[in-house]
Amino acid sequence: MIDKRIDSLAAAVADVFDGATVMIGGFGEAGNPIELIHALIDQGAKGLTVVNNNTGSGHVGLAALIENGQVAKMICSYPRTVGSKVFPELYRSGKIELELVPQGTLAERIRAGGAGVPAFYTATSVGTPLAEGKEQRHFDGRDYVMEYGLKADFALIKCLQADRYGNLIYNKTARNFAPIMAMAADKTIVQTVTLVEAGEIDPEIVVTPGIFVDRVVTVANPAQESKLVAEGRNYP
Amino acid sequence: MTADKKQPLGWSREEMAKRAALDIPDGSYVNLGIGIPEKVAQYVPEGREVIYHTENGLLGMGSVPTAGQEDPELINAGKKPVTTIAGAAFFHHADSFAMIRGQHIDVCVLGAMQVSEQGDLANWSTGEPDAIPAVGGAMDLVAGVKTIYVITQHCTKDGSPKLVESCTYPLTGKAVVDRIYTDLAVIDVTPVGFQVVELAPGVSFDYVQQRTAGQLVP
Repeated sequence: MIDKRIDSLAAAVADVFDGATVMIGGFGEAGNPIELIHALIDQGAKGLTVVNNNTGSGHVGLAALIENGQVAKMICSYPRTVGSKVFPELYRSGKIELELVPQGTLAERIRAGGAGVPAFYTATSVGTPLAEGKEQRHFDGRDYVMEYGLKADFALIKCLQADRYGNLIYNKTARNFAPIMAMAADKTIVQTVTLVEAGEIDPEIVVTPGIFVDRVVTVANPAQESKLVAEGRNYP
Repeated sequence: MTADKKQPLGWSREEMAKRAALDIPDGSYVNLGIGIPEKVAQYVPEGREVIYHTENGLLGMGSVPTAGQEDPELINAGKKPVTTIAGAAFFHHADSFAMIRGQHIDVCVLGAMQVSEQGDLANWSTGEPDAIPAVGGAMDLVAGVKTIYVITQHCTKDGSPKLVESCTYPLTGKAVVDRIYTDLAVIDVTPVGFQVVELAPGVSFDYVQQRTAGQLVP
């Protein structure tokens, strides 16, 4: 029997190891699996490479994971969101590495990683500092740079509804990177707002088919990052 | 002659957005950058149907929600709450940037630090060593969207031209800008230089040329 349900957040992230690459869903706070990130802080794995569009805000969620010294490197497109204080300080003092990737290239690298495509060519960043040192080719009168597919050991994502097979649907613009990260990670760990019986999600509207998912943990009332930040909260 | 920086000559930010909106064709799929470009949506002439794309996964972005109706999981690329129109669609990031990179989006309007005579755009970094580099989706948009419009003040706050022979800031894209809307003029990037399409009321060609560090063509 296939049953990807896991009882606790702690059990869901228990095997994240030191030096792992972890993709974390979300665009700003939308889709941010904050309870899974906090469980990873409790778990304590260090030297992580984290892939996320941003670097979190305030002192909760991703920003708290970084502040807790667990992240050696960030791969992201926009590390200086409003309210993002932790990353800029560490970056300026040379304590964290940054790989800056254009947002669409980041998305396609993740998609390619999950689809078994080792590299691809894109016109994005041609002629800019972000193309320096990258292989270039000319197709049909235009220059392209080669970018590598990106894979991860783990993905932490959030969804609206899941079943025991790991079929997922999302909420509005909280979907963002989650479906492609689920494809690109060796172990995909999902926090869902509701868990339903197999068959209750119409197969026509499944966004992430269960084959891309390994563990599902229910968090019925996820915290809202911006509220925690406004309240000046810290984690732990 | 000395330029009076406070001289209220030319178009206001609202008027710049209004002027750009006139050039958005009926039926377009449009991506608007943060800042003045966002205002363009308010001024698209009546009778034209335009669908707004936001790169974090929504086609059919509506207006700003009324107070109390904001949803933290329904936001735009600037991470501000938005609404959906009837007929909107959500999708993941790879599909969203396939729309951009695959040349399905018709028009993108964005801001600039510098635009060169060749249409090179610099709008993401001043290149200062202690700055935190952040690019977001700007490089993807200029590389993939069919028509790139820039809205910007003609000069920086200290009076330096933003329309230049070649950009000194790190580029966002090479030869990507089609048209520039400034407070002084509407200008096309052409093989012969910056071509003036329209001057703001009371602004002369010479006045614009004096504030442009590249060849202006009537």
